[in-house]
Amino acid sequence: MHVVVCVKQIPDPAEPGKLEGDNTLDRSGKLILDESDSYGVEMALQLVDKAGGGEVTLVSMAPNNETSGLRTALAMGAAKAILVSDPALSGAGALDTAKVLAAAIKRAEPDLVLAATESSDGYTGTVPAQIAAILGLPSITFAKEVHLDGETVQVQRQTEAGYDEVTSPTPAVVSVTAGVVEPRYPSFKGIMAAKSKPVDELTLADLGVDAAQVGSAGAGQEIVAVDDAPAREAGEIIEDDGEAFTKIVTFLDGLKVI
Amino acid sequence: MALNRIWVYAEATEGKVSPLSLELLAKARTLGGTVEAVYAGADADAVATTLGAHGATKVHSTGDLSGSLAGVPVASAIAKQVADGNGPDLIMFGTTYDGRDIAARLSVAVDKPVITNNVDISAEGDDVVVTEPVFGGTKLVRTKFTGGAPYIALFRPKSFVAEESGGAAAEVASIEVTDAGQAKVTNRHVEEASGPKLDEAAVVVSGGRGLGEKDNYQLIEDLAKLLKAAPGASRAIVDAGWVPYSYQVGQTGKVVKPTVSIAAGISGATQHLVGMKGSKNIVAINKDPEAPIFSVADLGIVGDVHKVLPKLIEALKAR
Repeated sequence: MHVVVCVKQIPDPAEPGKLEGDNTLDRSGKLILDESDSYGVEMALQLVDKAGGGEVTLVSMAPNNETSGLRTALAMGAAKAILVSDPALSGAGALDTAKVLAAAIKRAEPDLVLAATESSDGYTGTVPAQIAAILGLPSITFAKEVHLDGETVQVQRQTEAGYDEVTSPTPAVVSVTAGVVEPRYPSFKGIMAAKSKPVDELTLADLGVDAAQVGSAGAGQEIVAVDDAPAREAGEIIEDDGEAFTKIVTFLDGLKVI
Repeated sequence: MALNRIWVYAEATEGKVSPLSLELLAKARTLGGTVEAVYAGADADAVATTLGAHGATKVHSTGDLSGSLAGVPVASAIAKQVADGNGPDLIMFGTTYDGRDIAARLSVAVDKPVITNNVDISAEGDDVVVTEPVFGGTKLVRTKFTGGAPYIALFRPKSFVAEESGGAAAEVASIEVTDAGQAKVTNRHVEEASGPKLDEAAVVVSGGRGLGEKDNYQLIEDLAKLLKAAPGASRAIVDAGWVPYSYQVGQTGKVVKPTVSIAAGISGATQHLVGMKGSKNIVAINKDPEAPIFSVADLGIVGDVHKVLPKLIEALKAR
């Protein structure tokens, strides 16, 4: 059982985000494993356990050779990582990202590909289905439960009204929501072991991907302006003295909703 | 003109076209050119009346998908129209689970980018420009398509106001699905709350981690009932399994723009703020005075939800 998990290393979402001069996200600070990816890593580790053996490979891309976020996922228990690292990837859109990740995944020949539903910095939510389309694989997105039964994957997929039970043959691409499993904390032993786990760094040329087709060169889109959004006016903030509920009643009364 | 022909992917539940689809049709009509819909389902003839009344002159129908997940078959049908030279200049999708899947698959099939999370679009001369909020909605990024048609864009709910055009029922035409896909839906589960719907209610009452434990969500339900409001939730307590996903207000989940939104025990993570900061009025109750939710609140109560909510509920009951 070989599971590939797509992971992204992102600037810490707790810090205020900044844009570079070319309007790409400033990624110069410390990058961490996107928390939403930790669910896919955990799910992959559990599925491999249940299957009675196999391994988990991480696939990631970055414009530089950053690996600190990958080490976190390796410390959780993934066996190895493939990092596609190339300056030409700066400004890559979702489709470009999918092309690059798909080329790397193809090399790994997995039984199943897991990803988060969306990253916490770009949040396009389209990359998993794009990867599947490029690889000619079925995809099931927004999974809140995943079970493997031989060559079939069974998923509970979120819908606007509730959820659907969806099934597909493997290999397939499945995107998982946060909360699908409880991600484990890396143990000290895991952290030490992660330092020596293999991270295969590849360039676009290594993957046979044309640099002119991905990154800002091939994105098919161009940012023309970044403006401040109109801010909401500051409201009235009061400390509850035991009677603050009356303020709420008066406020709602004023809006004629009670 | 850059946009001669615009398609809107329309979705419906039990014959009722989603408000989001109608919002997109209203915006499409302002961009010039012909507006048409794409629909996947057995009841295209039934929804063609509503789609026509909102400005679609034609409905391109895939027919029933016989249990296939929508992404592969619908994208294959649209891609075939594009390949045959009958495709649109622009195709607009709502940010829904199926909308994202179809747009993603289509972008690969026609090798064009898809731009997501938009709240606006304009045609300026030969340029088509979409607007996307970033950093929790504090900045607006305007992006131009540079790779030629078809332009593929996903829009957030409530970005536009739905409006009837008074048009006649749309003509229904079949489009051919060339790949049914291998992912099949075997069962559907509806777990929506009874009462007013989150994206339609005039009042929304949402609870978060600050409620402390699952049983305390009853306070939200009680308050919502008294206000004829829809109960909502932050992602934190949905992920924790306190309430179903259909309660989630946020970037993923429902976008709400009610007359008033009450946030109880919600700190105001970007994920949640993006889904509710369009509310006309916001009341926040949180014990942490530094919580980001207070930056968008019209009335903020720094206090314990376990004390404030029961008193508020009693006061409303007494009226």
